[in-house]
Amino acid sequence: MKFLLNYILQLADNALIHGHRLSEWCGHGPVLEQDIALTNTALDHIGQARSLYQYAADIYNQLDSAERENLFTSAALLQFRDQATEDAMAYLRDSWDFKNALLLELPNKDWAYTIAKCFLYDNFTVLLYSALSGSADATIAAVAKKSLKEASYHRKWSNEWVIRLGDGTPESHERMQQALDDYWTYTGDLFKLSEADRKMLEQHIGTDVSALYAQWHSDIAAILNTATLTLPANEWRQEGGKDGRHTESLGYILAEMQYLQRTYPNAQW
Amino acid sequence: MENEWPLWEVFIRSKTGLDHKHVGSLHAADAAMAIENARDVYTRRMEGVSIWVVDSRYIHASNPDDAEALYDPANDKVYRHPTFYDLPDELKHM
Repeated sequence: MKFLLNYILQLADNALIHGHRLSEWCGHGPVLEQDIALTNTALDHIGQARSLYQYAADIYNQLDSAERENLFTSAALLQFRDQATEDAMAYLRDSWDFKNALLLELPNKDWAYTIAKCFLYDNFTVLLYSALSGSADATIAAVAKKSLKEASYHRKWSNEWVIRLGDGTPESHERMQQALDDYWTYTGDLFKLSEADRKMLEQHIGTDVSALYAQWHSDIAAILNTATLTLPANEWRQEGGKDGRHTESLGYILAEMQYLQRTYPNAQW
Repeated sequence: MENEWPLWEVFIRSKTGLDHKHVGSLHAADAAMAIENARDVYTRRMEGVSIWVVDSRYIHASNPDDAEALYDPANDKVYRHPTFYDLPDELKHM
């Protein structure tokens, strides 16, 4: 139960944090058309997060209090005994209870960094959701199947932007390369097996993310080659997101995202 | 804005079997991006199943100043409408 809950939260937190970051582009896109494209994409991710958080909340509500306290330290969440909702999972956990990959919480910075983030993540999610479509857990399999269609479009979009910027002007090439090099080391979490990953793999609910690395690596190498960009060679990776060890960026996201529900509990509009 | 992307006209087929209809225009660097942008801007609410984009510079339009010469002569030629035929009762959708 607790491993399933942690596993769902890993997936859901990735979707929420990435979706939230992309939503920051709303009204700030370089052109109207891309502003709408990114906002659509942000909503796709937040939609994925919602389905998963509702499922997570249902499991949370079935745990006894010892199990809950063992899993979470966020006081605002622990006040819920059996009435937790998807909102509680999103808005009432502190950063150390979040399990998203570090890559996704990093700032958008500029268009090249945002594209780099999307590119590295979208190429991963297509592989992940393909694998999870056959999950032994019916809810996870259903979310994966639906998300796979969205992820395929996201990947098409970010691949094309990487090619466009990499094979564009000298300045766009340089900035795209710099963004990839800088965010490359934050991809460690995506392919690292957490305890929840291992347990879910045993039960055929999850998949072996470390086994996706080779395919991911060759997929992005092919795109970078077309884009005349250099595949970063650094093998050392940052990791820790799945264990709740985050960069300072996550705190800023949560402060903005959670402020309203924390200050005015159950506020609606 | 001299660096602005070219303009594209967007046509959407709302369902299989119907015509593509003009829905608007957008900016994009090339045809591939124009189709993706059209997907994001014009098909977010299940509006279509097929997209055409045409570089706007290839659209040639009639001149509004010629409207009298072009269209008014058709005004008094009712015999061009097929309204003088007796239709069989079985035909419901003419």
